[in-house]
Amino acid sequence: MTHNTVDKIEYVSFLEHKGKYKGLFSWIFATDHKRIALLYLYAIATFFFVGAILGLLMRLELIAPGETIMKPQTYNGIFTVHGIIMIFMVVIPGLSAVFGNFFLPILIGAKDVAFPKLNLFSWWVFIFGSVLAVASQFMKDGPPDTGWTFYAPYSTATGTNVIMATTAAFVLGFSSILTGLNFLVTIHQMRAPGMKFFNMPLFPWAIYATAWIQLLATPIIGITLLMLIAERLFGIGFFDPNLGGDPILFQHLFWIYSHPAVYVMILPAMGVITEIIPTFCQRRVYGYKAIALSSVAIAGVGFLVWGHHMYTSGMSNQARWFFSLLTFVVAVPSAIKVFNWLSTMYKGSIDLKPPFLYAVSFIFLFIIGGTTGLLLGSVATNVQVHDTAFIVAHFHYIIFGGMGFAFFAAIHYWLPKMYGKMYNFKRANIAWAIIFVGFNLLYFPQFILGFQGMPRRYFDYLPQFQTGEVISSIGGFILVSGLILMVYNLVMGVRKGEPSPANPWNGSTLEWQIPSPPSIENFDEAPVIKKNPYDYN
Amino acid sequence: MFSNASNFVHGVDKAFLIILGISLFFLILLTTLMIVFIIKYNRKKNVKAVQIKDSGWLEFTWTAIPMLLVLFMFYVGWEGFLPMRQAPKDAMVVKAIGRMWKWTFEYAGNKQSDTLVLPISKAVKIDLVSKDVIHGFFVPAFRIKEDVVPGKNNYTWFIPGEMGDFDLLCSAYCGVSHSYMSAIIRIVPEEKFNKWLAVLPVKQQDDNNEGYKIVESKGCLGCHSVDGKKIVGPTFKGLYGSTIDVTTDGTSHKVTVDDQYIQTSIFDPNKDIVDGFAPGIMKSYTGIIKEKDIAKINDFLKSLKEK
Repeated sequence: MTHNTVDKIEYVSFLEHKGKYKGLFSWIFATDHKRIALLYLYAIATFFFVGAILGLLMRLELIAPGETIMKPQTYNGIFTVHGIIMIFMVVIPGLSAVFGNFFLPILIGAKDVAFPKLNLFSWWVFIFGSVLAVASQFMKDGPPDTGWTFYAPYSTATGTNVIMATTAAFVLGFSSILTGLNFLVTIHQMRAPGMKFFNMPLFPWAIYATAWIQLLATPIIGITLLMLIAERLFGIGFFDPNLGGDPILFQHLFWIYSHPAVYVMILPAMGVITEIIPTFCQRRVYGYKAIALSSVAIAGVGFLVWGHHMYTSGMSNQARWFFSLLTFVVAVPSAIKVFNWLSTMYKGSIDLKPPFLYAVSFIFLFIIGGTTGLLLGSVATNVQVHDTAFIVAHFHYIIFGGMGFAFFAAIHYWLPKMYGKMYNFKRANIAWAIIFVGFNLLYFPQFILGFQGMPRRYFDYLPQFQTGEVISSIGGFILVSGLILMVYNLVMGVRKGEPSPANPWNGSTLEWQIPSPPSIENFDEAPVIKKNPYDYN
Repeated sequence: MFSNASNFVHGVDKAFLIILGISLFFLILLTTLMIVFIIKYNRKKNVKAVQIKDSGWLEFTWTAIPMLLVLFMFYVGWEGFLPMRQAPKDAMVVKAIGRMWKWTFEYAGNKQSDTLVLPISKAVKIDLVSKDVIHGFFVPAFRIKEDVVPGKNNYTWFIPGEMGDFDLLCSAYCGVSHSYMSAIIRIVPEEKFNKWLAVLPVKQQDDNNEGYKIVESKGCLGCHSVDGKKIVGPTFKGLYGSTIDVTTDGTSHKVTVDDQYIQTSIFDPNKDIVDGFAPGIMKSYTGIIKEKDIAKINDFLKSLKEK
């Protein structure tokens, strides 16, 4: 859709728009959802690279048995910090804070989110929490060494800086709750005239399901971490049996949030993939309603499966079969999505551009991550692979292969819209190939190691595991070099790339009907929606 | 796979292979379809996409079939697991005590060993006891794992089916030496086991020494040896009365180990860090070791003076 000449004269992109403040302040005090999205993007990208470097240090340490480059206490601090940064500061906010912020309002034809100031406040809370988390690494008592799961009673007993790290996670939780609340109200109240729930694009649907989880589940981790802090500071015996507490209670409370949190990561990822596939196949999405409702089903059932993290904790048999059964059931809506994505490709007109390349590799990695989840959900096999490298491989396939690859797909898909510039395709494809190979080399051997009995969070290991560990470490270095090339390509695209037209991929959804980059108001006049968002006729 | 190391290997490996088989079938099918579509419907060959209407029947089919498959997989997993919770009543009972970062096994008659020696083909029930934090009793070759949770009476059981040595590993993260918390499970013929058990000495303990009982039961000996060995923290041997180099708030100085120093080190362990050891590893034992017991601990430490 082209704009008439009058519009073009008045059009100023949100990147150049002059507001109340100038320079840096025009960003860090911006209430425009698109600027806030970019603030999140820069912060999260930075944290991601810090987390990745910590991951590489672990891979270096594990390249040979015995002490390689660090002491055990340092290693324990590093895997804890790697987990805290990656989970609470990268993957949980990731897609919804960056692309949800940028594209949710545009996709539903709105000017902004419902509460723009609250949105800015959420970003500041996020930064404050992140600073606390990073600071906890450098304080006097040394970095926390509990793992990101903070299991009691170790976490109530260790002398390291647990209080600050849990406070950070607590603060970060508020950012998540407020963002979820903001998006829920936005979706309910701000849809363009004519846009019903069932002709809303599917990324907003995924964000909608995600936002409910953020709003309802995050307070539980908040309370749990406060209980932990109270126990450490005042000796109130919630979890430590020496004080009359129950360590299993901590695990229940922790996973009641942290399992749904997995869906906070993966649902928006599925939403992104559902946007990309129809565009590059030029086909209406197959099974629109099934995809939309399966997001809600995943969010709903996802609240009731937390116990599958605890089969070996000594739970009752009833709890074990109940959680196992529901865990298997929650696999079905994920499978439905995969079938619908494939059906959307059937008889499409497929253009294998970088975003699509990332999207199909997402599907491949997600199937591996999902089906190995079945092996973890089944009680008998869980007993063997729980708390081993197998689970490390599984959740990296879901979180990195899933959420991470979806993030890369999203940035390659939407970058021309966000910045009005295009990156180099050839370099993007090379970076993709390096990342894909590196990723599988890094994590696949860990499935085998885990089945053979290599426990997780091990500083040292028995010699029979070395081959797998070495392959894994080599994969780590390949992966990171691919990531560097990808980021270089994207940055070069933004700085020196060709100007991108409004609709470079011939997409059908609303963001492609407005200029690149969008103006501060998004739409000159509120769009009126009359049809399904994926109508290519 | 399918070894006879324990009676659970068969059930676990069967479930593993069935679920893995179904998973691989779908992975290969869907990936192949994806690649075929990308080649066949590539824009270079297929310029115009065909818009296809949703089919309710298709949606129903690919919901119903996976649903049946997952219920089947759930059942296979449950079937393989259930026997793990059904320990025979006449099983021999051994207590496995986990503490940072050491396993100890206690047989009937208060006999203790660092290696878990068991007779082949006889059911054994392992009572899991933790002296401090959560540990994990994991024997990969036997396909068993159960957490050792303080304050809970968890257990596991099995029938060993092959002779030899097997690794017992700690699977639940428990601190600085987590990866070194392993032990050997040795499966031997029954006569050999009986002979071994007969000569196994009764638990070594200074029953008369109150201080020893306290440091033993609170798990101090996991990090502080009594024979001069450097484990995680400084050894107790010859400690009392000696002069040591410590760092307090960044300044290093010498202190003589006396009652006051011992008390501070138990209640505020990160105040004075002995040179050569890292801060933050030991927790405060305030409320866990009573103040009135400190004198008893001191008496015990004095008994360890180097001769």
